[in-house]
Amino acid sequence: MLKIDNLVVSYGGIEALKGINLEVEEGKIVTLIGANGAGKSTTLRSIVGLVKPKSGTISYKGKDLLSEKTQNIVRQGITLVPEGRRVFPNLTVLENLKIGAFTRADSKEMSADLDRVHSTFPILKERGWQLAGTLSGGEQQMLAVGRALMSKPKLLMMDEPSLGLAPLIVKEIFEIIKEIHRQGVTILLIEQNANAALHIADVGYVLETGRITLKGSGKELLQNEAVISAYLGKKKAK
Amino acid sequence: MTFNVFLQHLTNGISLGSLYALVAIGYTMVYGILRLINFAHGDIFMMATYFTFYSIVIFGVPWYAAFMAVIVVTGALGILLEAAAYRPLRDAPRISIMISAIGASFLLENLAIVIFGGRPKAFPALELFTKVIKLGTVSIQRLTFFIPIMTLILLFVLLYLINHTKSGMAMRAVSKDFETSRLMGIDVNRTISFTFGIGSMLAAVGGIMWGMKFPQIQPLMGVMPGIKCFIAAVIGGIGNIHGAVIGGFILGLVEILLIAFLPDLTGYRDAFAFILLIIVLLFRPTGIMGEKIAEKV
Repeated sequence: MLKIDNLVVSYGGIEALKGINLEVEEGKIVTLIGANGAGKSTTLRSIVGLVKPKSGTISYKGKDLLSEKTQNIVRQGITLVPEGRRVFPNLTVLENLKIGAFTRADSKEMSADLDRVHSTFPILKERGWQLAGTLSGGEQQMLAVGRALMSKPKLLMMDEPSLGLAPLIVKEIFEIIKEIHRQGVTILLIEQNANAALHIADVGYVLETGRITLKGSGKELLQNEAVISAYLGKKKAK
Repeated sequence: MTFNVFLQHLTNGISLGSLYALVAIGYTMVYGILRLINFAHGDIFMMATYFTFYSIVIFGVPWYAAFMAVIVVTGALGILLEAAAYRPLRDAPRISIMISAIGASFLLENLAIVIFGGRPKAFPALELFTKVIKLGTVSIQRLTFFIPIMTLILLFVLLYLINHTKSGMAMRAVSKDFETSRLMGIDVNRTISFTFGIGSMLAAVGGIMWGMKFPQIQPLMGVMPGIKCFIAAVIGGIGNIHGAVIGGFILGLVEILLIAFLPDLTGYRDAFAFILLIIVLLFRPTGIMGEKIAEKV
């Protein structure tokens, strides 16, 4: 579905990505784990065209994405839930959801999707008329995910959805990601919470300072010693 | 001063205030979306009066068709200004865009001198609007009533557009966060063009009515009203449309009433605006309706 080949991105001469290869198959949950500054966000930002790579290719369903503008990439069904949620604080909760469907013209299906989002996140229905800036962090994350769902994504990418949230809410967010996936959406997930991410992922990639150092199924990576010591923060029982 | 004279000044103040408000909205909209003070806005306003002069006096277009055409052409000029002077500097430091705005302002003024000539021209008088009506002992131009009514109508249309349409929602989103707006599939450049177009069209309406009220036009006529409308926007809280309207009315009323009560100070008329600005900013640095600027921790 999505294929990245030899992608190099540099910010003012410093290479953030040093030639990565990554593939997301349709219907899978793929996760990209790695430390701060490894280049995870840069990868997602390149896919949606917010960052212009130096070299390499990104293709989606066989079509080149690099030459496309962000708004056209979004129209093809690729949606990014950005790091730090980035809801529009000056818009109401309902407007934030509606703006998620900005590219769509199918108003009937849109209102069906709105109902679906409301039933997934009842709090967003309750708070519909409130300005999004007044929501708590967890509610804003739900709004960011709901807003992304309103675009009817085929590939949903999430950048650190658990960042700064209480453990219970993190658990809830991961349940929701699984639920979205069950509804047929392909997911590319970036997480520092490697443990949770690998548990739900079909495929995992480990990114270290701009290079992919490991690739495997979620289960394999959970067993991998390098991954355990570097990202899961526990020593393997002897 | 008799009550009648006071009434006359009051209506004058309200209609001048409405004109300030119309132009101030343009400053505030552009500031809201780009954090840019569009110094050329006053010159767009000036251009609109010349467009009106040429279409009515030189080309003999009927006034209603001329007004429509002028509004459209001025809107297009605003969009062109943004595309030529500001868009190429989108990622440049704010100060570069500011200087580009000052440059655009000088360019438009001097272009007007070259094309239209420096000598003042007489704005066409349209009896329909300039006719004086008598209410008891008060005689007032029809225009004086017409201007505030027009301003209020346009204000309601604008607020509807911003708060209840998809394009308005995009404008509000873009004003907060370019990048996330792009992620929603919004064409940020188009939204900014749209904002410039609307702001310039309002300036065109302001320019047409200004020309009828003060029927002498010249290439630098946009400078002082431009600065005053900018002040009105700042007094109201720049970035806030209600604020721009309130600021415009306050400025217009204070200016006219001060001269009315203290006719000796007529020569300092323009200074009032600046004094008022200083006083308001001393007590409310973000303006009357301005958002509190919260420091993010």
